[in-house]
Amino acid sequence: MNVNQSAPPVPPFGQPQPVYPGYHQSSYGGQPGSTAAPTPYGAYNGPVPGYQQTPPPGVSRAPASSGAPPASTAQGPCGQTAYGQFGQGDVQNGPSSGVQMQRLPGSQPFASAPLAPVVSQPAVLQPYGPPPTSAQVTAQLAGMQISGAVAPAPPASGLGYGSPTSLASASGSFPNSGLYGSYPQGQAPPLGQGHPGAQPPQRSVPPQASSFTPPASGGPRMPSMTGPLLPGQSFGGPPVSQPNHVSSPPPQALPPGTQMTGPPGPPPPMHSSQQPGYQLQQNGSFGPARGPQSNYGSPYPGAATFGSQPGPPQPLPPKRLDPDAIPSPQLNELPPQQKTRHRIDPDAIPSPIQVIEDDRNNRGSEPFVTGVRGQVPPLVTTNFLVKDQGNASPRYIRCTSYNIPCTSDMAKQAQVPLAAVIKPLARLPPEEASPYVVDHGESGPLRCNRCKAYMCPFMQFVEGGRRFQCCFCSCINDVPPQYFQHLDHTGKRVDAYDRPELSLGSYEFLATVDYCKNNKFPIPPAFIFMIDVSYNAVRSGLVRLLCEELKSLLDFLPREGGAEESAIRVGFVTYNKVLHFYNVKSSLAQPQMMVVSDVGDMFVPLLDGFLVNVSESRAVITSLLDQIPEMFADTRETETVFAPVVQAGMEALKAAECAGKLFLFHTSLPIAEAPGKLKNRDDRKLINTDKEKTLFQPQSGAYQTLAKECVAQGCCVDLFLFPNQYVDVATLSVVPQLTGGSVYKYACFQVENDQERFLSDLRRDVQKVVGFDAVMRVRTSTGIRAVDFFGAFYMSNTTDVELAGLDGDKTVTVEFKHDDRLNEENGALLQCALLYTSCAGQRRLRIHNLALNCCTQLADLYRNCETDTLINYMAKFAYRGVLSSPVKTVRDTLITQCAQILACYRKNCASPSSAGQLILPECMKLLPVYLNCVLKSEVLQPGAEVTTDDRAYVRQLVTSMDVAETNVFFYPRLLPLTKSPIENTTEPPAVRASEERLSNGDIYLLENGLNLFLWVGASVQQGVVQSLFGVSSFSQITSGLSVLPVLDNLLSKKVRGLIDSLRAQRSRYMKLIVVKQEDKLEMLFKHFLVEDKSLSGGASYVDFLCHMHKEIRQLLS
Amino acid sequence: MATYLEFIQQNEERDGVRFSWNVWPSSRLEATRMVVPLACLLTPLKERPDLPPVQYEPVLCSRPTCKAILNPLCQVDYRAKLWACNFCFQRNQFPPAYAGISEVNQPAELMPQFSTIEYVIQRGAPSPLIFLYVVDTCLEDDDLQALKESLQMSLSLLPPDALVGLITFGRMVQVHELSCEGISKSYVFRGTKDLTAKQIQDMLGLTKPAMPVQPMRPAQPQERPSVSSRFLQPIHKIDMNLTDLLGELQRDPWPVPQGKRPLRSTGVALSIAVGLLEGTFPNTGARIMLFTGGPPTQGPGMVVGDELKVPIRSWHDIEKDNARFMKKATKHYEMLANRTAANGHCIDIYACALDQTGLLEMKCCPNLTGGYMVMGDSFNTSLFKQTFQRIFSKDFNGNFRMAFGATLEVKTSRELKVAGAIGPCVSLNVKGPCVSENELGVGGTSQWKICGLDPTTTLGIYFEVVNQHNAPIPQGGRGAIQFVTHYQHSSTQRRIRVTTVARNWADVQSQLKHIEAAFDQEAAAVLMARLGVFRAETEEGPDVLRWLDRQLIRLCQKFGQYNKEDPMSFRLSDSFSLYPQFMFHLRRSPFLQVFNNSPDESSYYRHHFARQDLTQSLIMIQPILYSYSFHGPPEPVLLDSSSILADRILLMDTFFQIVIYLGETIAQWRKAGYQDMPEYENFKHLLQAPLDDAQEILQARFPMPRLDFFCPK
Repeated sequence: MNVNQSAPPVPPFGQPQPVYPGYHQSSYGGQPGSTAAPTPYGAYNGPVPGYQQTPPPGVSRAPASSGAPPASTAQGPCGQTAYGQFGQGDVQNGPSSGVQMQRLPGSQPFASAPLAPVVSQPAVLQPYGPPPTSAQVTAQLAGMQISGAVAPAPPASGLGYGSPTSLASASGSFPNSGLYGSYPQGQAPPLGQGHPGAQPPQRSVPPQASSFTPPASGGPRMPSMTGPLLPGQSFGGPPVSQPNHVSSPPPQALPPGTQMTGPPGPPPPMHSSQQPGYQLQQNGSFGPARGPQSNYGSPYPGAATFGSQPGPPQPLPPKRLDPDAIPSPQLNELPPQQKTRHRIDPDAIPSPIQVIEDDRNNRGSEPFVTGVRGQVPPLVTTNFLVKDQGNASPRYIRCTSYNIPCTSDMAKQAQVPLAAVIKPLARLPPEEASPYVVDHGESGPLRCNRCKAYMCPFMQFVEGGRRFQCCFCSCINDVPPQYFQHLDHTGKRVDAYDRPELSLGSYEFLATVDYCKNNKFPIPPAFIFMIDVSYNAVRSGLVRLLCEELKSLLDFLPREGGAEESAIRVGFVTYNKVLHFYNVKSSLAQPQMMVVSDVGDMFVPLLDGFLVNVSESRAVITSLLDQIPEMFADTRETETVFAPVVQAGMEALKAAECAGKLFLFHTSLPIAEAPGKLKNRDDRKLINTDKEKTLFQPQSGAYQTLAKECVAQGCCVDLFLFPNQYVDVATLSVVPQLTGGSVYKYACFQVENDQERFLSDLRRDVQKVVGFDAVMRVRTSTGIRAVDFFGAFYMSNTTDVELAGLDGDKTVTVEFKHDDRLNEENGALLQCALLYTSCAGQRRLRIHNLALNCCTQLADLYRNCETDTLINYMAKFAYRGVLSSPVKTVRDTLITQCAQILACYRKNCASPSSAGQLILPECMKLLPVYLNCVLKSEVLQPGAEVTTDDRAYVRQLVTSMDVAETNVFFYPRLLPLTKSPIENTTEPPAVRASEERLSNGDIYLLENGLNLFLWVGASVQQGVVQSLFGVSSFSQITSGLSVLPVLDNLLSKKVRGLIDSLRAQRSRYMKLIVVKQEDKLEMLFKHFLVEDKSLSGGASYVDFLCHMHKEIRQLLS
Repeated sequence: MATYLEFIQQNEERDGVRFSWNVWPSSRLEATRMVVPLACLLTPLKERPDLPPVQYEPVLCSRPTCKAILNPLCQVDYRAKLWACNFCFQRNQFPPAYAGISEVNQPAELMPQFSTIEYVIQRGAPSPLIFLYVVDTCLEDDDLQALKESLQMSLSLLPPDALVGLITFGRMVQVHELSCEGISKSYVFRGTKDLTAKQIQDMLGLTKPAMPVQPMRPAQPQERPSVSSRFLQPIHKIDMNLTDLLGELQRDPWPVPQGKRPLRSTGVALSIAVGLLEGTFPNTGARIMLFTGGPPTQGPGMVVGDELKVPIRSWHDIEKDNARFMKKATKHYEMLANRTAANGHCIDIYACALDQTGLLEMKCCPNLTGGYMVMGDSFNTSLFKQTFQRIFSKDFNGNFRMAFGATLEVKTSRELKVAGAIGPCVSLNVKGPCVSENELGVGGTSQWKICGLDPTTTLGIYFEVVNQHNAPIPQGGRGAIQFVTHYQHSSTQRRIRVTTVARNWADVQSQLKHIEAAFDQEAAAVLMARLGVFRAETEEGPDVLRWLDRQLIRLCQKFGQYNKEDPMSFRLSDSFSLYPQFMFHLRRSPFLQVFNNSPDESSYYRHHFARQDLTQSLIMIQPILYSYSFHGPPEPVLLDSSSILADRILLMDTFFQIVIYLGETIAQWRKAGYQDMPEYENFKHLLQAPLDDAQEILQARFPMPRLDFFCPK
């Protein structure tokens, strides 16, 4: 993992420091075995330059975040103002920082020192290496962080970066690179340090439990946690795993080291300050640098020390993590100089890429079996198979934590939101069976008499099987005679494995008529296509394109099971400022158009012939679709209406007494005189004021009322927008949002450019399986209760989530709160029941059950958290918050909550360590980086180029995203295309989203689920340009190109194949944009490099980490 | 008095005018004592095959308040080329075109036989006739089918350049666009919402030249035609389209739950039709033809709710003030009728249903606009089919027997004023010197608008003698009246028909006999009946009857000869002898009696009574009963059960119904089949005779009467 990262640096560094290479190699070599390090390295090497850059940022932040004061004092000695800043960063390390500062001054010293450390580290690492494989690695993470603390290396880089010091100055960093050349040597030592930093590899070790303890690793002090083993492991780990993390830099030992060191040399001062502050351990060992410092400290003093250190560390190992913290003080004392290094090494801080890679490697290979209560599933980014053995697959439900505090006090203390992200109709990979349908005949599904929970595997059968006790409310119910079955000796029903509802986590019941509206079995749903035919729509070619597409698309309406033909009926409406309905009854010779101009009081002008079966009316429909573009070809009407259109669709469904979906294709702000008329209220001046929230609120309540009516009718609305200017997405999306629909937006739609994207989205949207007229209810065991819901739906009371429509992409996030005690023995159960009408008009109940553990120790909670889910929840929470609070408040709340979560961990779970050390729980070590991404997203921190509509659009998109989507949305995937050999057909490993990771000789793909960029470095080989773009030089590549030419060569095929496969993974088609380095489009692209400081003021990862550390320290003090 | 009868008949044939008095009492006081007002029945467009229209424009009196038209009664000074207006005595110069005028070279309008003359006006572009079908689709399938066929058939009867439009309604109202290729297009309106004319025009896109769906090439000069043409198209262009469209018409698709009436938006449909024409072709001859198969059940103009268990209002309900919707609905339709009349369009109602359809509320539409009202049981009857077909019948010149947008102006000489008119007309509110302050019928004006009329349309026009008792008119003095009717002929020409009549004045004191002898009791009966029916629309039935009785008594008092206390001595002169009988029948006629008639039927009868000519009106008042037997030629017999004899066949014509009644013996013979035996051919002829006569009546009458055949078992 980290290794990879580290690798990149290699090239530059490599040269400089021959020695390191050796280390790295050796260490890596070992590592590879343990982890998949080898390949990564290669990749990393490339990146190196990037690394250099990164350091600087870290540095800069450090200063800011860290409590300058202490540092300053320390720095004082140093006398360097620059350090002063760093010192702040160090503040945590307070002392250390000072030390570092000092060090900086003596860059040379470092050099020497570094060397020593390096050596020491390697040793350490090796030891770890072996263990790393074990879970302890995680523990080591802490160590890693520490190693991060090692950051000292960064100092080196820092030096280089030094110039870049400022966050923004990534470029600045480059210059440093030049410096590096020189530094390298000096750096050499740093490298060593880097390694220490590398130790972070411990993270790789990640193995859960260990992770915590390992912290000690950072500081040999950790020992306590990991115990002796840990140390050993950690050490070993570090070498291997750490290398990955921290080492990544180190792996290429040289490079990383170089970076680290190199920079350190010059910038050291800078770095020192910052880095020291942050030693990233899993447990937030940022500040912790101390661990290393301590080590260093000793080392610094004398080379011997280093040597000694290694020694000591080993003994210490167990406590490591803490040690770091603790040591820091010592360090401070000892090596003010050393501390100078304290700037943060970007490679030392927790890397999402590394975590993802590790999880893939560790958990991707074997199926996830859901039989055991409270298991944390693999990450969403990992490919794994699920075997349902009694709990719902993580594809259906993911929780923020799989171990819930028993009491609300604990929960409050931890501040970890208890939430489940539920995707009731999630699509499963073909290898996994979709839920079995259980038919209980006329009696319907068996339920608890009191709480109405549905029969599930957790129900306890008693009295020989004659009764069962509800697992949610403990009520004893009689088993109806037809359901009776004997129990075996374990108290299990003999037929448990024959009945899905007794053995599986997810299954479906056929609903009886009692579950239907008006006590009538539903009529199959209908799709109504409502097409804007105003001037804009016609001119852009949309109408023609759409009509053409519909002709074939209608053959692919969703159908159920093996049905030959879809039961869904279709209807057509066109509109501008009046509506045109079409009668396409099969008996007609030609379609009939009915114009309704009374938009003030909408109604449906026809009944018979509006909704028809596609195959029966094919001729008439085709004729209609042929004629629509002709009829309106010369239209001059520019005004449109909106609310009446939705109402018309809803009324049509009402008249037909069925549920259904409206597909609305709309182009402009509805300014025609009609209900729901909108005015242009886009006002950028409101941004960052208390009134900013109005930009997200609908203009009038009329749309909510309308949506409510739609929901009552089971009318889901999908909205396709094609705006040329402001259309007030915030208002228009209210109806889709509340009816469980989707919004698609194609700004400045042009057939030539956007056809592919639109058609692809449309096809997918039309074809996807949808449930209609759904009600979702989440039941929980006594003790907790679902209290809050996020997503695209409507709620008329506090418990029932009403969804006019629900498809496989839509997610509902549910938050739970305690209302009583839970107990460890019983755990906590969730049952999500979704009553819906299938595409064929069958009324069904889909049940998902999930059992969670309960804990009385906070540590258990932190050990079983899932950061991705947590971010999903927090993003949704924040995005809802902007409707009612100023954005700044929302951001502050997020930061505070995050700080509280981490502080609570630090206080209650982490072994004691110095306050200056940032210690993060293994499971949440990515929380800061992800949270920073959320904070920087266009909704919470808009850049100048982000329109109000874009923000509203993203806001509502995120509201129903699942965990995988939010994950990639907030932290985009950046894939190098030219690093791995062309023949290698697997997806290249991602790199961190930072400009530093880009090499100008390479090509990268970046995707976040909505956007897809192809970044071309300025000095990419001509051959590559030729084979990918079909032009002879970089300068001839068209900037903004959206389609790659189809060329018959390996690279072209591979890249296009990769793009296709990326698109296939996402629920929306991502339009490709080719961005050339140094081109003006690059600004757009850089926005997605989320680890960097953003132009709109978003903090870089390192800065944010510093800030977070500061917050935590404030909370702790 | 043969001479007077001849005179009257002559006058009627020439001028289409019948006065109640053909010699006029010369003072106001005397006139009022005559009981029956001085009035006339005027058939403005009476068919005159012998009267070719002249192709020039009339010469008008130059006095602005007069503007009477040169007529045979004017004094002409051929030498000075001057003429004196006989109404205001203004002396006028002939226009230059009349320079060649002389005693031997008179223009037609000066010849006595041209007391009625028709001018064709050449000015102005002719505007096409417009037929807008407004069709109810809440019909039973076979009814709808029959209606569709009738409508399709009618397309072939329309003048080829006529514009046609189609509006269908049920729960919704659809205005069909007729010029579409490949897709049929219609504008749909909610049937429950009352829309203003402006809203309707907005929604139909009639207010703006650029329609959303209208192809917009650079400013087209003919924008307007193209706009309106979307809904109203020349029949020759869209014949096929419209035929197909009618063929595809389906029953209103909205489900009608058990126990409910279909929702029928007649009020809105009519309102839209009116608004459409108003916006596109104001003051152009147009017929809105409403075909409905039931009462309006929703929206403005609804007559009854959709609950079947609540029956439609009856006279009983109305008397009890229990008809919830009546007033509102009536108001709605009156508003529409007035707007329509103002635009010169007319509304026909063809209502075919077993139950009432709301004619009571809707009657004003045809009544005020000169439209037809036809009531039948089903569209699938020959009664409707033939009646409908007859609307498009043509005269000897091949012109349709219909005219549009007429204004009737009445000018009188100084001794007279016009008090009002009763007929299918509305007041144009033109005050003038000849307008009386007393109103009889629609008064207070000297001009009326008759939006739709045919050759039989007849108005009752009432006058007041204003000459004071102390200003006697010299012996031999004549009073003159001029009727000027501007109208749009079915050939789309504008025409003016001028009828100038004069009658002698007579002093009641000295010349009562003359006056008596010149009494036209038939005309008088009809004119009084019109007054009575007109009152009945607004007053309680008994009051009207009392008034009629009082008038009759006063008349008898004035003109009867009798000895006090001796009923047997009562005598009326021949010219009055039938009058009491007419009044007797009138009293018990459905025009004044509502017993056993639904409100719709009453409205229907009254509608027709107010527009038929004298002969038909008399038949309505007093049905004709003919007897056929071997004892002699057919003869009229008394309207009495005593007329029923076993060996007679009776033929009764009540205008609305023709009944043939076979006497008992005749029926037995017929049953025995004698008519088929050659030796009894005379019996066959006897059976056939009343049928032939009935057929003759059926052929001529509009609306087609119902033919019933009774024979005792």
